[in-house]
Amino acid sequence: MSILTKTEAGPPGPGDPAPSGPFLSVRDLYVQFATEDGVVKAVDGLSFDLERGRTLGIVGESGSGKSVTNLAVLGLHNPRNTTIRGEIVLDGQELTGASERTLERLRGRKMAMIFQDSLTALSPYYTVGRQIAEPYMKHMGASRKAARERAIEMLARVGIPQPRLRVDDFPHQFSGGMRQRAMIAMALVCDPALVIADEPTTALDVTVQAQILDLLKDLQRETGTAIVIITHDLGVVANTADDVMVMYAGRCVERGTVREILKSPEHPYSWGLLASIPRLSAPVDLPLSPIPGAPPSLLNPPSGCPFHPRCAFAEEVGGGRCATVRPGIPEDERRGFACHLGRERKREIFTGQIQPRLGGGAR
Amino acid sequence: MLRFLVRRVLGALVILLLISAITYFLFFFLPSDPALLSCGKNCSPQNVALIRKNLGLDLPIWTQYWHFMVGIFAGRDMPIGHCPAPCFGYSFADQQLVWDTIADRYPTTLSLAIGGATVFLCVGVGLGLVSAWQQGRAFDRIASGVSLVGNSVQIYFLGPIAIGLFASSWHVLDRGHDPDWSHDPWGSVQGLILPCMVLSVIFWSNYSRQTRSLMVEQMSEDHIRAARAKGMSSRYVFLRYALRGAAASIITIFGIDLSAVLGGAIITEVTFGLHGLGLLSVQAVLRSDLPLEMAVMLIGATIIVVCNIVVDAAYALIDPRIRLS
Amino acid sequence: MSVPQQDHAPRETMNPLLEVTGLRKYFPVRGGFLVKRHVADVRAVDGIDFTIAEGESLGLVGESGCGKSTTGRLVTRLLEPSAGRIAYRGRDITHSTRKELAPIRSEIQMIFQDPYASLNPRQTVGHIVSAPLEINGINPPGGREKRVRELLETVGLNPEHYNRFPHEFSGGQRQRIGVARALALEPKLIVADEPVSALDVSIQAQVVNLLQRLQRELGIAFLFIAHDLAVVRHFSQRVAVMYLGRIVEVGERRDIYERPRHPYTHALLSASPEPDPDDRNATERIRLAGDVPSPVSPPSGCRFRTRCWKAQDRCAAEEPPLVRLEGNREGHLSACHFPEEPTTAARGEDIVLDPALAALEETTADKTL
Repeated sequence: MSILTKTEAGPPGPGDPAPSGPFLSVRDLYVQFATEDGVVKAVDGLSFDLERGRTLGIVGESGSGKSVTNLAVLGLHNPRNTTIRGEIVLDGQELTGASERTLERLRGRKMAMIFQDSLTALSPYYTVGRQIAEPYMKHMGASRKAARERAIEMLARVGIPQPRLRVDDFPHQFSGGMRQRAMIAMALVCDPALVIADEPTTALDVTVQAQILDLLKDLQRETGTAIVIITHDLGVVANTADDVMVMYAGRCVERGTVREILKSPEHPYSWGLLASIPRLSAPVDLPLSPIPGAPPSLLNPPSGCPFHPRCAFAEEVGGGRCATVRPGIPEDERRGFACHLGRERKREIFTGQIQPRLGGGAR
Repeated sequence: MLRFLVRRVLGALVILLLISAITYFLFFFLPSDPALLSCGKNCSPQNVALIRKNLGLDLPIWTQYWHFMVGIFAGRDMPIGHCPAPCFGYSFADQQLVWDTIADRYPTTLSLAIGGATVFLCVGVGLGLVSAWQQGRAFDRIASGVSLVGNSVQIYFLGPIAIGLFASSWHVLDRGHDPDWSHDPWGSVQGLILPCMVLSVIFWSNYSRQTRSLMVEQMSEDHIRAARAKGMSSRYVFLRYALRGAAASIITIFGIDLSAVLGGAIITEVTFGLHGLGLLSVQAVLRSDLPLEMAVMLIGATIIVVCNIVVDAAYALIDPRIRLS
Repeated sequence: MSVPQQDHAPRETMNPLLEVTGLRKYFPVRGGFLVKRHVADVRAVDGIDFTIAEGESLGLVGESGCGKSTTGRLVTRLLEPSAGRIAYRGRDITHSTRKELAPIRSEIQMIFQDPYASLNPRQTVGHIVSAPLEINGINPPGGREKRVRELLETVGLNPEHYNRFPHEFSGGQRQRIGVARALALEPKLIVADEPVSALDVSIQAQVVNLLQRLQRELGIAFLFIAHDLAVVRHFSQRVAVMYLGRIVEVGERRDIYERPRHPYTHALLSASPEPDPDDRNATERIRLAGDVPSPVSPPSGCRFRTRCWKAQDRCAAEEPPLVRLEGNREGHLSACHFPEEPTTAARGEDIVLDPALAALEETTADKTL
């Protein structure tokens, strides 16, 4: 109970060091898996920052490394076949080399995760209430009874009707939307400062998705949590994120505010994504403009710019640089993109070919 | 839950009735004549006819079967004497009450089964859990190797070796004998150690492998990752979440194996010279002793059916999805 | 063959290729003690009417459990209808036997959601695509293999890959194989059940464009089933919105997306996330509460009334008929007693029915004051 009022009061709780700079900072992260077929370079030199109270949308297709990145932040990768290099700093604390014990104390308390499929991510064997109460007991040292009360309170907050009754239900007795709410309650029970939501609404129907996304936003406004939302859906990003990072083949190809990414993207892959999706407001007689080919294998990522085999403008860059030189992205700037194409030419392509497809503001 | 149990028990009774009928009628297709067998060497046709009448073999099969089934529940008067319920009749071979013979033999089977099952469940599941926890490390590899060997040995091979080493050469264990719990409990325990150990080997190696793979599979489930993501320790998640998921499958296999050993472990009994149900059933068949055969068969079937119901009930206790739907 | 492409060509001039009236599909629920008996029905599809003209694409949208996939399976006769009538080119095929269906089967084809599960992994692509030809004993001039190679080319696959197996292809390519198979018999109607929802974003467009090209160039009619409103809008000239086994609104694309009348259509459109940060403020915000009720015992009267902000007593008593409301254009039918204004523009006040959202938004609003 006290926790709730505490966070309502706003910024960090007692004991937390005063925030200086970004709350979560990832620098030059490499994640590699050893598999039977070889080494998968799932994340390949990634850097980003996230401040308290803000939402970062990470966008990419399957295999872009967006989920792997966040498992690495939580330290939930399989240590037997995974190697991680780089820096992950959460609130001034380095996580990459941290012991399992340290990470356990942080998970659920300071950083929490919301999974895509609530049916598989909640254990079928324990009641919803118990699964919500568990981390509260562990991290807050609460008694069984207090934790149960907290679980009921959380269920009420996320909009489960009759929480006092439903707290003793098992996950399979909840509908899909209710389960996802319960999972949000479970992630937020200790008021974490960072919540990572991995495709939190992909398995849900649109009307329920809208409810859940708004719920996350409203809860964030109340608690000041930083949120990372991982999704393939640019519509979800537009509705939730402040900042966006576009990932391709384990790298960040473009980052900026949500408006910059969706309204004036600079990377050909971002163009491709935006031009390939149908919209409610775009002209219907214009066929979609798909990105040719398929995402690359991370066993053997393309040299240079990973997107160059699918890029329509790679030829325009002199000296075949797209295939040989890896384009960089300025590390400490909010806005950035990794592309060799000239600024002038880019503006030309964007206004000529891309913008007409983005549709008008209002439907 | 109660509905479920009632339904299962009713179903079980139907199955048992079917098994009893099939066993009974199959017996009469066998070429041997029990009357002739129990008549002995100097046998006149009159004697055979008399024995046949005494055993009730002169009546129609249906009538015999009906009398037999009624006897189980109500007892019956037979030419040879009264037979109280549960009456499986008098043995054709030695004219003893079948139920007495079984009551005499069953403690051996029960002790062997419970002892062996406890050992193989604890050792097997324990080894499997440690292997899964230590996945890929030295312990896991050694345990896998040992399990593979254990899985492929046979009792009639392992038994004599164990007797030779532990009993004859080193004199550390008893070579195995029937238990007598009321007069010599300690001696009974000693007599069972070696048979139980040998019997459990072929089972626990299977359990350790199954448990390991079930746990490894469980540990890759989403809800395990989710539990870890909320800060629960790996050990807590392993024992509370993963084991709970694996338990249902382990119990299913255990139910099958337990009902098998409760029905008599023939090879182990023969190897260690124990007088249990397994040996008795072999003798019954060889001597065309219908009442004994029926009794052994029905007891075995009942055990299997009961174990199945218990497993299903345990399943429902473990998994709320079954309990509540 | 080419087909008029205008958004709303007068419908009377088109021949109805498929005519569905009063279609119902109930799946029995069995239960009971000792003896299993029929205790209830899942009313997956509960009395729907629609037509598809030759060369036309009708979109079917709705959330999971609304019966859209079942409808697709009924039309292709993979399921047996419980009641109603399905007529293909005026011929009643509702309860036709396998034999009677044979000549029609080739004209109605289906494309499935999961491109991998619907292809036999042990058969080569050539074998998969030529199977419909073999089964129907069709020997095209130049041989089956030549025809299959042409089909692979039509759907944008390399004809040289004739002898490869499905696992050697990516998701988008597998869906193309499924399309090639559906095309083998030169169908007149393709039922596409969520054909792109399993694919990556950048690949979805490839498949949508392919299907659109087929529709235009080959004049194939489509029943396009999807939960994604934007995809359906892009692909379909007419759209039907389903809720709990009923069609609640149907009309030309522009009617449904720009002038919707049924509150559920409004809610769906509002919930559909648009990749545009300005969209949030320009369009109305409607947040429903709870989930879709069970199709075993749907609400009386209007099925949407339990989640509708306009519901009144009449909605529970009387099921609204699917009719042309005043202000609706020709062919735009809505089933609602108290229809909304025909616009999706932002309202003075958001409609937030979800109690948790309403509570949270109230407290933050208080704070900002």
